[in-house]
Amino acid sequence: MLKIENLHARVEGKEILKGLSLTVNAGEVHAIMGPNGAGKSTLGHVLSGRDGYEVTAGTVTYNGIDLLALAPEERAATGVFLAFQYPVEIPGVNNTYFLRAALNAQRKVRGEKELDSMQFLKLVREKLKVMQISDELLHRAVNEGFSGGEKKRNEIFQMAVLEPQLAILDETDSGLDIDALKQVAQGVNTLRSPERAFLMITHYQRLLDYVVPDFVHVLADGRIVESGDKSLALKLEEHGYAGIAASHPAGSHQAGAVA
Amino acid sequence: MSQPASLPLVASLLDAPLPASGIAWLDASRRENRAAFAAGGLPDARVEAWKYTALRGLGQRSFAGGDAAAATRVVDAAAFALPGVDGPRLVFVNGVFRADLSASDALPDGLSLQPLSQALRGDAEPLRFALSRPALVGHVREAADAFVRINAASAGDGVVLRVAARAQISAPVHLVFVGAAAEAELAWHARNVIELGEGASLSLVEHYVSSGEQAQLATLVSDIELREGARLHHTVLQNAALGANLIRRSGLRLHARAQALLHVLELGGALVRHDLQAELIGDEAQLHTRGAFMPHGRQHVDTQLAIRHQALNTTSTSNWRGVANDRARGVFRGAIVVAPGADGSDASLNNKNLLLSPTAEIDTKPELEIYADEVKAAHGATVGQLDERSLFYLRSRGIPLTEARALLTAAFCRAVLDDLPNKALREHLSGLLIAQLPA
Repeated sequence: MLKIENLHARVEGKEILKGLSLTVNAGEVHAIMGPNGAGKSTLGHVLSGRDGYEVTAGTVTYNGIDLLALAPEERAATGVFLAFQYPVEIPGVNNTYFLRAALNAQRKVRGEKELDSMQFLKLVREKLKVMQISDELLHRAVNEGFSGGEKKRNEIFQMAVLEPQLAILDETDSGLDIDALKQVAQGVNTLRSPERAFLMITHYQRLLDYVVPDFVHVLADGRIVESGDKSLALKLEEHGYAGIAASHPAGSHQAGAVA
Repeated sequence: MSQPASLPLVASLLDAPLPASGIAWLDASRRENRAAFAAGGLPDARVEAWKYTALRGLGQRSFAGGDAAAATRVVDAAAFALPGVDGPRLVFVNGVFRADLSASDALPDGLSLQPLSQALRGDAEPLRFALSRPALVGHVREAADAFVRINAASAGDGVVLRVAARAQISAPVHLVFVGAAAEAELAWHARNVIELGEGASLSLVEHYVSSGEQAQLATLVSDIELREGARLHHTVLQNAALGANLIRRSGLRLHARAQALLHVLELGGALVRHDLQAELIGDEAQLHTRGAFMPHGRQHVDTQLAIRHQALNTTSTSNWRGVANDRARGVFRGAIVVAPGADGSDASLNNKNLLLSPTAEIDTKPELEIYADEVKAAHGATVGQLDERSLFYLRSRGIPLTEARALLTAAFCRAVLDDLPNKALREHLSGLLIAQLPA
């Protein structure tokens, strides 16, 4: 589904990604772990098309197409979703209105019929039930005045409504207490399916206790320096990122790809 | 000052016959104001209050005074129908009262509502004070008075509205000013006198529309006096044709514990100028103003807000948004004065603006003068573009760039309508805002 090869990217002239390669297949859950400044969030932003990230080398192929050539809204319509580390508050834009506009814009691009407000409301009610979110959130402006946990749950709720093929979760666990973390994890687990892949970017191992990944990758200094199964996360927990980095000095290791 | 009589605009306005009332003091006042206008002419850019609104272009134009056919011009009532606004209504076409379009027969107890022309035919004495002075509010800068003077000289009609003490008028009163295309480009004028008695309350909708696209010049001067504890919800919808030049002056005076909540939407017009001058003269008076101006094309919209706190523990909040597109220009001046002795005043003023095109311009100027103690005051003004993070967030969910821009711009403006109590009207106005945005 997603094939990243030798990706190099710069932010404000500084090289952050330095030859990252990764392959993600449908149905898989990949965790990207790494210390602060390793390039984790940059990867999420480059994949979703945020301005200010300059790709200087490498390719990203998504379902056979060049993902980097698409505008952010086109990427969304082809099924790429980014759950933000810091969801943006948008005063004056109603959450429901926003989500319907988003879903219908995507459906239009895909040549599907747009949902009217009744059909949309029905869909939303189903998803709310699954996500255990109160419908009060729907009537508020997008993320405005939401607590940290509400913002993250709203991201997962949006994901449930938009039903992407590739979901990138950028530190969705950060800033959450254990109850909120469990709720978010449960939402993600509900959405796991053979057609859908997840890329979970996280600093801590604890999210992986609740959303068990198929693959764990360690991102350090702009490259994936080690890949493994979920036991790698436990090893990290034990030895820290410093321990991993010590066994992979910069430049000595060809970025690992997991098929 | 320009050489007054040589300007075509001044000459054409002086050319129009004065309305004859047969009331000695009124006719004398009109002659005096006309003479003062003739002597003073139009303010030019050296006058601070008109620095950002040049009258050079307008000064070169001529407008015929008065519309002999105003009483019979066909105006579609659909042009001024508003959801949530179904109370008494007065309609003026080219400055002339139209009973056939109005609805003021069965007024609720405590509400007196009639056109000025009619009020003057009855007992004119109660209007003497208001009509003998150029404007209600006392701190008017002399040089800005040209249009007030020509209005005082030429306005033969307008609204006279009084709410009796303690009367609670629930149905909103709708005041409609229609500019209708005529045989020649017209100038017309209206003078409104509004007073709420002690403890009275009223919702008022002041509405400007056009019938046809012809260029016009209109001046409107309103006095609004709120006695002790009176409460006013006042909504202004200015949706005139793009050829309309509208010069409005509202003087608002709040006595003790009076409260006014004002929402202004400036959508139409060619050259639009609104001076809103408010005085909080009684303790604990409260004024809350919100407004949005959204010029596009070559529109020029200038709002001059001046609020003066003159009593103890008075409050004012002002939240205004501007969005300019194409080659349009917006001007906003928000001046707050806390007078000596007005201790405990709380004043905040905020004006945020968006430029949607590199050739659009908005000049904003907050001013704060404080001469009292224990005052809370805050003001801020910004001019900028849409927030890139918000745009990306919307796009990342699949909303195309142009739609995302429109959504954010609409939200930016709509914020000023949040506390408009009339839900049906609020939603309608919100729709008008969105319709005004570039597709």
